[in-house]
Amino acid sequence: MTQGAVLDRPISPVRPDEVEELTRLFDLPLLELGARASGRMREQSPDGNVSYILDRNINYTNVCITDCSFCAFYRRPGDGEAYVLSNEEIGAKIDEAREIGAVQILMQGGHNPYLRLEYYTDLLRFIKQEHPIHVHGFSASELDIIARVEKKSIPAVLAALMEAGLDSVPGAGAEILVDDVRTEIAKKKIGTDRWLDIHRAAHEGGLLTTATMMFGAGESRADRIEHMIRIRDLQAETGGFTAFIPWTLQPEGTDMAGAEEATATEYLKTVAVSRLVIGNIQNFQVSYVTQGPKVAQVALHFGCNDFGSLMMEENVVSATGIDFIMPKEEIVKLIEEAGYNAVSRYQDYSPVDPDLDWYCGCGVCRARKPA
Amino acid sequence: MASVGLTELSPAESGAEVGLRVQPRDPRLVPIAEKVVAGQRVSREDGIALFETDDLLAVGAMADLMNRRRNGDRVFYVANQHINPTNVCILHKVCVFCSYGVRPVAEDAYTMPLEQVYEEAEQARHSPTREFHIVGGLHPKLPLSYYTDMVRGLKERHPTIHVKALTAVEIAHLARVERSTTLDVLKALVDAGLDTMPGGGAEVFSPAVRASIADRKLVAEDWIQVHREAHQLGIPTNCTLLYGHVETYADRVDHILMLRDLQDETGGFSTFIPLAWHPDNTALGRSLDREGSRTGGVDDLKALAVGRILLDNFEHVKTHWIMVTTRLSQLALDFGVDDLEGTVVLEKVTHTAGADTPLGMDLDDIVRLIRDAGKRPVERDSLYNSLN
Repeated sequence: MTQGAVLDRPISPVRPDEVEELTRLFDLPLLELGARASGRMREQSPDGNVSYILDRNINYTNVCITDCSFCAFYRRPGDGEAYVLSNEEIGAKIDEAREIGAVQILMQGGHNPYLRLEYYTDLLRFIKQEHPIHVHGFSASELDIIARVEKKSIPAVLAALMEAGLDSVPGAGAEILVDDVRTEIAKKKIGTDRWLDIHRAAHEGGLLTTATMMFGAGESRADRIEHMIRIRDLQAETGGFTAFIPWTLQPEGTDMAGAEEATATEYLKTVAVSRLVIGNIQNFQVSYVTQGPKVAQVALHFGCNDFGSLMMEENVVSATGIDFIMPKEEIVKLIEEAGYNAVSRYQDYSPVDPDLDWYCGCGVCRARKPA
Repeated sequence: MASVGLTELSPAESGAEVGLRVQPRDPRLVPIAEKVVAGQRVSREDGIALFETDDLLAVGAMADLMNRRRNGDRVFYVANQHINPTNVCILHKVCVFCSYGVRPVAEDAYTMPLEQVYEEAEQARHSPTREFHIVGGLHPKLPLSYYTDMVRGLKERHPTIHVKALTAVEIAHLARVERSTTLDVLKALVDAGLDTMPGGGAEVFSPAVRASIADRKLVAEDWIQVHREAHQLGIPTNCTLLYGHVETYADRVDHILMLRDLQDETGGFSTFIPLAWHPDNTALGRSLDREGSRTGGVDDLKALAVGRILLDNFEHVKTHWIMVTTRLSQLALDFGVDDLEGTVVLEKVTHTAGADTPLGMDLDDIVRLIRDAGKRPVERDSLYNSLN
């Protein structure tokens, strides 16, 4: 297995005393933690804006060989409910999304070993030619399986995808970036270092990415802090993360059914602590799909400045029975009622320009425009 | 990266007693916070400013301080069972915010014979239930004896379970049906075994709001009078505010201040319970184009917190998770709330208006939510006596 030059750099170890010190942030009273985090947010985003993005989820395949115990979406190869969408189906979904003003698609799927790199590059070229839109797609663990199937390096895979039309990489699959925890909940998924390497390679290749954290999966608060430190340290190196997106595991319908979901208090504390620990990322996103609109709105006072995406056709979390999808008007209303200006954005967090004569205003997409 | 400021430990963390956990960022709140810290009463204008500000955490911190002074880290809960004896309501067209009441000949109209009430109540027998919460529509025919018999029958069958029954609106309706007075109706119910009264039917006292959403429903002064009479008879009552429809912030504050005035006079209110309006399947929801659009979490927390701050003569403020979700209710425990509605069996009124919250909640789950918020769960009876 070729992993490329990115692995030559050692991952700096996390200092236990720093983890211990930062974990004590969780002991602060909820309101005080919120005030500190929203104070930091106002320093970083003094304009009082809270952004959101109009996009559509497209889950091109649900075939997956990774068997994560927290997932209700995937099917094994050969399962009666396994699918791979055709290019035409994907094109039709993009057209529907553009009709409601979507500025990107979020394209993610299972780890399907039957799909070769050519499938992805053909799909991206088809999209850019026939249904042009910003493609935010293929999280680290999907990129990993493409690289392994093709026996190519991550930078080579990323370069091919980017050339074919990939515009940015989502931060999914991070779960908790502590290998002991990953072994428990996602044994077959890529490890911490590999996840970080792939994001480093994306940043170095000119692609912006986001970082997620799925918590409430049996990890400790110190594990969450370690995760945040890993993200913070990579950001210090590359500056390529646009946003941090913490969300809670939804146990229903998964192998972890019956586990207790992280409560709303724990969610807000974690959100606020992450804003304080990861001081070098600009944007923190609420997870209304897992928290519901009420708690998500309150999170705008606990350090979050982005409401995330419209999530048209969200399939993964809703497979656990949670269904909080909202129209744009409702998102705008929630942001404004919380005391902020609602701003529609592109994937790079620049505001949407309604007069733009191109499909997306982010830096990568603008560079694709013929002179 | 800037320091996260761990050297400035909060007094709470170091164990010392605290003042405000968050200082106001909005300058308008500074004098209000000073009053709260000094234990002084806040004014109508202060109340409006507390609703208008976007400094949510400072509002929460003031409410939290008032709550901790009264209740420490205790959070009360009670296991109760709802009984809604009838959905027939002569105001079914008048109260446009409601989807529960129907006309007598409606296909889905029901009125439970007493035997059915007793049968439903049997669920309480081998359960932790401590309280029956009985409210329903204004039935044009049901006499006072239906209710006195019901209370008496329930008390005979379940002598240790507390009966909290009939809103002021239902009491006044029974007085009209019986051509009697509200005081006599109350006396008859007390005689039958009524222990306390719920706080429903208050909606918003403003005559303008009532004209818009509940024309011909019991007016503010009469609602207050029924509660005054109950208090004089030694019956503790609750009170509510239905928010999130057409009312202004000033309407909310004026409503809360009427409750504060009566409390100054009688001391008979146990708890203030803000109720979030649910628009689905209601005439008002359709005419305001609000179906599917609930109150926001920020507004839910403000209604609770501002209520806590204004009602300096109340012991308790309760979050009704049926209406605002259990997740939001847990957060409310840091925003001045000391009472989490207990397990609620068989709630019907809010669920017909689109509530998708669970129909009941295990006591274990309630205890976990309270502990997870760093508070101490206290199981209570209807009079806030600890059962732990």
